[in-house]
Amino acid sequence: MGSASATISSEPVLTERLRTLRAAGRRALVCYVTAGHPDADASLRLLRELPEAGADVLEVGVPFSDPLADGPIIQGSSQEALAQGVTLGRSLDLIAEAKSSAPVVLFSYLNPLIAAGPEVLQRAHAAGVSGVLVTDLPVGADPAREAWLGSGPLEFVRLVAPTTPAERMAEIARHGRGFVYLISRLGVTGVHQGVAATLPETITRLRGVCELPICVGFGISSPAQAREVGALADGIVVGSALVQAAGVGGVDAALALVRGLRAALDEVAG
Amino acid sequence: MTQVATDRFGAFGGRYVPETLVPALDALEIALAEAVADPAFERELTYLLETYVGRPSPLSDAPALSARIGASVWLKREDLNHTGAHKINNALAQALLAKRMGKRRIIAETGAGQHGVATATVCARLGLECVVYMGEEDMRRQELNVFRMRLMGATVVPVTAGTRTLKDATSEAIRDWVATCEDSHYIIGSVVGPAPYPRMVRDFQAIIGREARAQMLQRAGRLPNVVVACVGGGSNAMGIFHAFVGDPSVRLVGVEAAGEGLESGRHSASLSKGVPGVLHGTLSYLLQDADGQVHPAHSISAGLDYPGVGPEHSFLRDSGRAEYVSVTDGAALHGFQLLSRLEGIIPALETSHAVAWLAEQAGRFPADDAILLCVSGRGDKDVGQVSTMLDLEGKA
Repeated sequence: MGSASATISSEPVLTERLRTLRAAGRRALVCYVTAGHPDADASLRLLRELPEAGADVLEVGVPFSDPLADGPIIQGSSQEALAQGVTLGRSLDLIAEAKSSAPVVLFSYLNPLIAAGPEVLQRAHAAGVSGVLVTDLPVGADPAREAWLGSGPLEFVRLVAPTTPAERMAEIARHGRGFVYLISRLGVTGVHQGVAATLPETITRLRGVCELPICVGFGISSPAQAREVGALADGIVVGSALVQAAGVGGVDAALALVRGLRAALDEVAG
Repeated sequence: MTQVATDRFGAFGGRYVPETLVPALDALEIALAEAVADPAFERELTYLLETYVGRPSPLSDAPALSARIGASVWLKREDLNHTGAHKINNALAQALLAKRMGKRRIIAETGAGQHGVATATVCARLGLECVVYMGEEDMRRQELNVFRMRLMGATVVPVTAGTRTLKDATSEAIRDWVATCEDSHYIIGSVVGPAPYPRMVRDFQAIIGREARAQMLQRAGRLPNVVVACVGGGSNAMGIFHAFVGDPSVRLVGVEAAGEGLESGRHSASLSKGVPGVLHGTLSYLLQDADGQVHPAHSISAGLDYPGVGPEHSFLRDSGRAEYVSVTDGAALHGFQLLSRLEGIIPALETSHAVAWLAEQAGRFPADDAILLCVSGRGDKDVGQVSTMLDLEGKA
């Protein structure tokens, strides 16, 4: 596979983790947290304790003033984190300090990355980040910046939407590393009931053109949804529900949510 | 292969959007190309521009203002359009395009309310559902426009996030569109947003400059030496500049809002004080801090209160083809009164910035210069706010 051949000596961390999970028949549980939310100490605890609760990969959101792909929950968490001075630099400090046992994907809007300058990918890697995902940089939008993100030390995770046509899915799959993040439904991040009716068909289309593991996010919050989506995909991403749990009930509530999702996912195997 | 990488103005522009919107923008690009190639679209648009909007808009001479400035000033009267501003040129064309695409639901953002009113108006005329996002702060500042929109059947959604102004209304409109792009069209009100919006909105506003150029040649017998317009997102400016970009003798001047002063940190002068960055799907000059967080804009005028600017303006700035200046809130208030007293035309607070810059240049132009000023909108919407401010200053 392309992603593995890109490295010289060893397989990149994120790719290796997803391949191992797939080989073991275990569905990946990708957990999103906003850096610095609800506060720096809680954020550190989450990064350290989420793997033990069942997270396989951590996505760490860089707070941004104008998160246009996010619903009210993650918008609110970004505002709160920014109010405490957590921007990209502080996010990397938290990741470095946490030394999480799970691979970390930096989840950011493009502007903070541009503002941080070309060395930011090396800085992130040095802080322990394995992958990077940029919500507002679709495949083909800016070849120079995509090359910058894709050829550095981080695995550049790309997104597929329910509206993406099959030939574009193939193009995205060729450019992606680690896994493909499939957006489960139209709209922004948030907590929803049920699973979009179109999801099985979208996954089938994507499977036809994509060898990378497929992790499905946007709107997944309950064990029932985790079981349903876990039966179709290689993994799930939980974001808003986790941020909400951490904000309302604190770290322990967030960990409890993740344990529940882990148990549900583990009912789906093979 | 998608065209995402190619539709740029130099380094600026592009399509920095969530993946969900890429196919919607591709479809819009195709529908737009088909529409402009279809004489029936052109016919219907022209018919409505003439019989509903009231185009062509007049070119007025301005004797008293000319005497004050020391050169002949001509006013392109977009304030005389139906709904009182240039915004309807674009709203009407995009609504017709949406109908062609089979989209019955229209989303719009608004700052001062002029684009929201224009969009609500054309939706009423064309039988389309209309949802307008407006910052809570702007709803307070522009109460009357909120009523106008609701009167014409639009749903006005208050936006309470962030700065509660145009920036956050735009974000919220984009969020709506990400969820509804299959059956809704988003009518962006300025030359901002992801491709193809900046070029499309410019082309729909370019009628301002096409008419004005012909009117100048006919009435003044010559091209203007200077074309001046206010710049927030920059649609009236691009609309009037576009026809003159290829005339090297014509100086193009965009006037940004310096708010409480360029050094105060409270202004909207993206081209004067910003650095390139990505907001709302486009790469352009942007007010931001060292961490890439967008800095809140400020202006007395809700329509200029935006931290970004259209990418083509960034290109014209860097290439030197246009120059960008700024005037303060106080100067704009002066411009508001000046055009009212001298010419009997109450300009929008947005337009007042262009008037104010011109007033500051009094005596600096050769006497035989001709200056073309875009009166982007009328000031009826602003008289309440201005009368309160002048009362406070004891000047009324």
